[in-house]
Amino acid sequence: MSLVELPTTAVPPARRRLAGRGLPLLRGTGLVGHLCAIVLLGALLVAVFGAAIAPHDPDLTNLSFAFVGRFQDHYLGFDSQGRDLLSRLLAGARTSILGPLVVVLLSMLFGTVLAIATAWKGGRFDTIVSAALDVLFAFPAIVLAIIASVVIEPGLKAASLALSVAYTPYIARVLRSAALRERSRDYIAALEVQGLRAWVICVRHLGRNMLPIIVAQGTILFGYAMVDLAAISFLGLGVQPPQADWGVMVATGQSGVLQGYPMESLCAGLCIVVVVIAVNLLGERLSDRSTLVTR
Amino acid sequence: MSAADGRLLDVASLAVQLPVGGELRTVLHDVSFHIGPGEALGLVGESGSGKSMTARAIARLLPAGAVTTGTISYAGGDVTALKGAALRSYRAEVAMVFQDPRAHINPVRRIGDFMTEALRTNHGVSKADAVARAIGLLAEVGIADGQRRLEQHPHELSGGLLQRVMIASALLTEPRLLLADEPTTALDVTTQADVMAILDDLRRERGMALLFITHDLELASAVCDRTAVMYAGQLVEQRTSSQLHDDPLHPYTAGLVGARPRIDGDVTRLAAIPGRPRSAYEAPAGCAFADRCEHVEDACGEARPPLEPIEDGFVRCRRATELRGMLRAGGRHG
Ligand SMILES: Nc1ncnc2c1ncn2[C@@H]1O[C@H](COP(=O)(O)OP(=O)(O)OP(=O)(O)O)[C@@H](O)[C@H]1O
Ligand SMILES: [Mg+2]
Repeated sequence: MSLVELPTTAVPPARRRLAGRGLPLLRGTGLVGHLCAIVLLGALLVAVFGAAIAPHDPDLTNLSFAFVGRFQDHYLGFDSQGRDLLSRLLAGARTSILGPLVVVLLSMLFGTVLAIATAWKGGRFDTIVSAALDVLFAFPAIVLAIIASVVIEPGLKAASLALSVAYTPYIARVLRSAALRERSRDYIAALEVQGLRAWVICVRHLGRNMLPIIVAQGTILFGYAMVDLAAISFLGLGVQPPQADWGVMVATGQSGVLQGYPMESLCAGLCIVVVVIAVNLLGERLSDRSTLVTR
Repeated sequence: MSAADGRLLDVASLAVQLPVGGELRTVLHDVSFHIGPGEALGLVGESGSGKSMTARAIARLLPAGAVTTGTISYAGGDVTALKGAALRSYRAEVAMVFQDPRAHINPVRRIGDFMTEALRTNHGVSKADAVARAIGLLAEVGIADGQRRLEQHPHELSGGLLQRVMIASALLTEPRLLLADEPTTALDVTTQADVMAILDDLRRERGMALLFITHDLELASAVCDRTAVMYAGQLVEQRTSSQLHDDPLHPYTAGLVGARPRIDGDVTRLAAIPGRPRSAYEAPAGCAFADRCEHVEDACGEARPPLEPIEDGFVRCRRATELRGMLRAGGRHG
């Protein structure tokens, strides 16, 4: 009698992870994916309710407390203006997270529409639009942000708009090849023969079946948008001080760093890094999953 | 040409070129046939002969960059020029059944969505009516539990069931012309016979015209009034099905008839055509079949023979009249 019964149908680990348990939206992203999602959910809650749960007024200055460390219920101490650091981090989450969110939504919308339209129409339309996008692609996001801050006024609106435009060619290019692949699939031809309108096929079938890739790309883009927006704020072209914002805080914390009080820059930087890492890890997993699903 | 002369679909001198690696490659060359209302035409040929391309040209599904010459007219109107609303209303009258049902149904949508979407968005049928009609047609193609099937996804159905769904869905909008591109090739033999019988019954019942594509000449003869044979992107012969089968005029047709295993008395014989099939772009300059034909003469290689009318159809062979009667099914001469 054998001591060990070998399992006859061993599921390879990769398959198990894919088929895996988990929330429907995150299925197949593994433990890391779920942890990242929890971090991001927390960040989103802070973005919405941060200002309300801040223990102190984030804009109340008291120069006699400048650079004072942990003190009573001021857990992270004070910044160069003597404002409560924790409250500023909580309040600053709103622009720091909703800004990139707007950028992602806008550029994904523009990019997806352009990708599907060029893939569907092909021919001269495709050539012209792709060429125009290539030209746009050559402009660095920062240059567009400078132009926007001159044309509009420096602020979150101009910065988000500039980034949305700057990212659109990138998204359109990535999604166009996915749309082309989907367009050439036989079920699309079958729908065409049924006499359905092109936009009906594009929205209800082609676009919908590309959703996994769209979500994955959007997630990865969020990280870039966050870092770029912070950089733009750092340069003074984004969110304007004294409004609390992580990017602005990294910038205004500079003077403290030089004087040996790095808390403000460090904390704000850490917040950015944590959110960006979480969103990138999740995005990578979603995108792995989407390529496996669409094969 | 108009509908008045009894033709629903008229394809004349159709030629199609497709872009391959920067240059145009001929895939169809001089294809001509017509189908009357309620009539069934078989289109037979080996793999790569251009059967699917012909159907795709008629359905306006050619790949981007395709160059089409010749005419395709439907009910008197030019199909190749249609666009927008006119193209959609043409497509509402012409339905297509594809060879591989699994690839041709959106895998993430339910069967019900697939079957009712066109009815609801194009024909203004209410959801309840569309569902009722779908269930009715599923019953006609032999799927009794239609209600349940409509809720399922394609991966939950077998190939045979899916092909029936495809046929039911094609018939749902009551088309006047059905393009069936090897509708049974992906199915196992018993299912093939079932599906074919269903298709044939429904067609006769509804007086629907049919272009039936297959590589099985026997099957085409059984289902169709007339049969056309394609070789290397051209039509080589088109006759009434029984004549084509019993008295083939083109050596290639004769080879096709002979290529089927037949049981004649006590011998089982498989007379294959020597050589491999040619695509249109690699066919020889004169007669496309010249390099595989056992009746070839020097003159055959000089000019491409035209499609010549004979009493019950057309044939594209210089020696057709001369060889008549010598090309009995499966016969090898030498
Ligand atoms: N997208 C394409 N681009 C270029 N050439 C193509 C393309 N699709 C098919 N062809 C060529 O067109 C020719 C005709 O193909 P078609 O699919 O019509 O053949 P068929 O008669 O339907 O064959 P089968 O019985 O295998 O379905 C073939 O030589 C094929 O290589
Ligand atoms: Mg084919």
